[in-house]
Amino acid sequence: MRVALQITCVNDAMFPDTGKAVVRLLRRLGVEVDFPAAQTCCSQPMVNTGYLDEAVPVVRAYVDAFSGYDAVVTPSGSCAGSVRHQHALVARRSGDPGLVAAVADTSPRAYELSEFLVDVLGVVDVGAYFPHRVTYHPTCHSLRMLGVGDRPQQLLENVRGIELVDLPHATECCGFGGTFALKNADTSVAMGADKARHVRDTGAEVLVAGDNSCLMHIGGMLSRQRAGVRVMHLAEILAATA
Amino acid sequence: MSGTFVGMPAFPTAAREALGDTQLRRNLAHATRTIRDKRAKVVAEVEEWEELRLAGAGVKEAALRDLATHLETLEDSLTRAGATVHWARDAEEACAIVASVTKAQGADEVVKVKSMATQEIGLNEALEADGIAAWETDLAELIVQLGEDLPSHILVPAIHRNRAEIREIFRRRMGAVGRPAPDGLSDEPAALAGAAREHLREKFLRAKVAVSGANFAVADTGTLVVVESEGNGRMCLTLPEVLISVVGIEKVVATWADLDPMLRLLPRSSTGERMNPYTSTWSGVTPGDGPQEVHVVLLDNGRTRALADDVGRQALRCIRCSACLNVCPVYERVGGHAYGSVYPGPIGAILNPLLNGVTDPQTASLPYASTLCGACFEVCPVRIDIPSVLVDQRAAVVDSHRDDRIPKPEAVAMKGAAWTFSSARRLARAEQASGLAGRVLGRFSRTTLPGGQAAAGRLPGPAAGWTSARDLPAPPAESFRAWWLRTNGGTDGGQDGGGS
Ligand code: SF4
Repeated sequence: MRVALQITCVNDAMFPDTGKAVVRLLRRLGVEVDFPAAQTCCSQPMVNTGYLDEAVPVVRAYVDAFSGYDAVVTPSGSCAGSVRHQHALVARRSGDPGLVAAVADTSPRAYELSEFLVDVLGVVDVGAYFPHRVTYHPTCHSLRMLGVGDRPQQLLENVRGIELVDLPHATECCGFGGTFALKNADTSVAMGADKARHVRDTGAEVLVAGDNSCLMHIGGMLSRQRAGVRVMHLAEILAATA
Repeated sequence: MSGTFVGMPAFPTAAREALGDTQLRRNLAHATRTIRDKRAKVVAEVEEWEELRLAGAGVKEAALRDLATHLETLEDSLTRAGATVHWARDAEEACAIVASVTKAQGADEVVKVKSMATQEIGLNEALEADGIAAWETDLAELIVQLGEDLPSHILVPAIHRNRAEIREIFRRRMGAVGRPAPDGLSDEPAALAGAAREHLREKFLRAKVAVSGANFAVADTGTLVVVESEGNGRMCLTLPEVLISVVGIEKVVATWADLDPMLRLLPRSSTGERMNPYTSTWSGVTPGDGPQEVHVVLLDNGRTRALADDVGRQALRCIRCSACLNVCPVYERVGGHAYGSVYPGPIGAILNPLLNGVTDPQTASLPYASTLCGACFEVCPVRIDIPSVLVDQRAAVVDSHRDDRIPKPEAVAMKGAAWTFSSARRLARAEQASGLAGRVLGRFSRTTLPGGQAAAGRLPGPAAGWTSARDLPAPPAESFRAWWLRTNGGTDGGQDGGGS
């Protein structure tokens, strides 16, 4: 099986440790990933802001980079959602039947990390060790766009030493929403404040999620509040060992 | 006597103001949580809920696909049953029809059943300008009307008010337009409802003309359906001599049997009830029973515009249950007024631009009033994929500016991003630059994020919206891409790289 890592633009530039953790984790599970150097971004920033024409060359770059792989794994529910649910829309807009066909081939092969581990590799115990009090925030796109269900929790429950606590009102959006965080900064912050409060109520030292963008928002609030909670990507906890 | 939404500022500005209203925040958080918990409970009781949603979406979709035919059938059936059918292209035409029918009766007042369509067309204000008083008889609408206020929720228009405020409104305003509130009125819900009942009774008994909307219009039988909880609707629909119903053309369903899934979906989705308390149906005129003159105004007002939109058309399936409002994290915090329309929340964020286009900046701000979290789609009883329509309407906004002589900074930024993101080489170079900047930014910052990464400090420009309330990590010196290249995917030396 040829597996490629789609790092996502945010992780690439801002959170490289997440990608390194994915590589380490998959290697430990016996999967050698390729990192196609031609990859850039999934196009979601353009699509969700309404710039569909601008998204076309970016989707083209995606299919060029990832065609030919059996599976593309990405540490982001949002980007996997974009590939699976928005690429077809962008391709249709381009009016290029070649791109429509290429997207029909690449899109279904995109997996969010927890989907890849549980569904493709068939593991829930990845042999991780992480002796901390942790709470998990299911990000909206992983939950409602992809339907990852409780796969991340299954993976976390099998981590040695972890003390996993429920996050109150977990399925409520954190208020990030891509450009929403800037265009409607006040509402975004109001939502983030409530999410941060729920996180603090758990007494966890670590907030974990499958998407660094949402974590950047919630973590940014928690940090500003000096809440004493750090945020980590799911991959980082799963990659951790004794 | 009620307010209007005309001249509202764009969403972000209106939202900022609403966010500062502590009473509003508390009322909304409490009310939306209560309704949504109730809904979740009764929906969970129905094992075949998903099939029911599919059936509901199917009924509306089928009706919309062949809308012209169904409307003709509806007109025929209604006419045969003794009703008079009017067609109104827009708000102005619809209001003029209602006014002229009312005046023909020599009446100077009408009683009203709660109706979104009549609010959409600004009927009360139009009638008032014509010397006709329109009395809202739904309790919450009465509160809004007496308070010279605006509705903030489709189903619970006074959701932003609490009972102390309501008592004040009743005490101060009821007397001016009819029976005053009783002396010593308390703020107990039962007492407030009692005062409203007394106040409304004389209006029900006096009015010659009633105005309603309709939740559904059945084409093959010519039946209109009104679903309500208080019985005020039943009074309006049966007591007056003349009944005028303003009905959006998307309310049509083909057959009586089509009502089955709809009437099961609606109460559980909207009020969280298993069955609706008052469901009134009438087909034209029944001699000796109820109104003897029945008018139906079929309203377009932008609906054919929405119908012509491939992606957006599904918004016309909406049955105004308001489930999407109650689960929306944005609505929950800013309330309905911020949307500047009688249709607030997620459905308003798509319906207003679909009905009216996106040329007005206020309307153009609505598709962006969402994080695309998808909670609305999940609860919508007729499966409207609101997030996808939001994205599509954002594209409509962007496309409407494609020929601007001076492009917006955002458009320039997006074009730049597209240019960078369409080539990995260009992206790598940009990341190198941001890594350099990150090192500089990190040095200015006195903050380290929990976990060790340096924060970028407070930034100027558009990023200030972020850093005013949230720390932002400074970009690390080495991107993942650069690390992969340097270490050969972590196999040379810095194996795991991960750490920290
Ligand atoms: S869009 Fe769906 S959930 Fe929202 S009011 Fe309409 S029918 Fe109800």
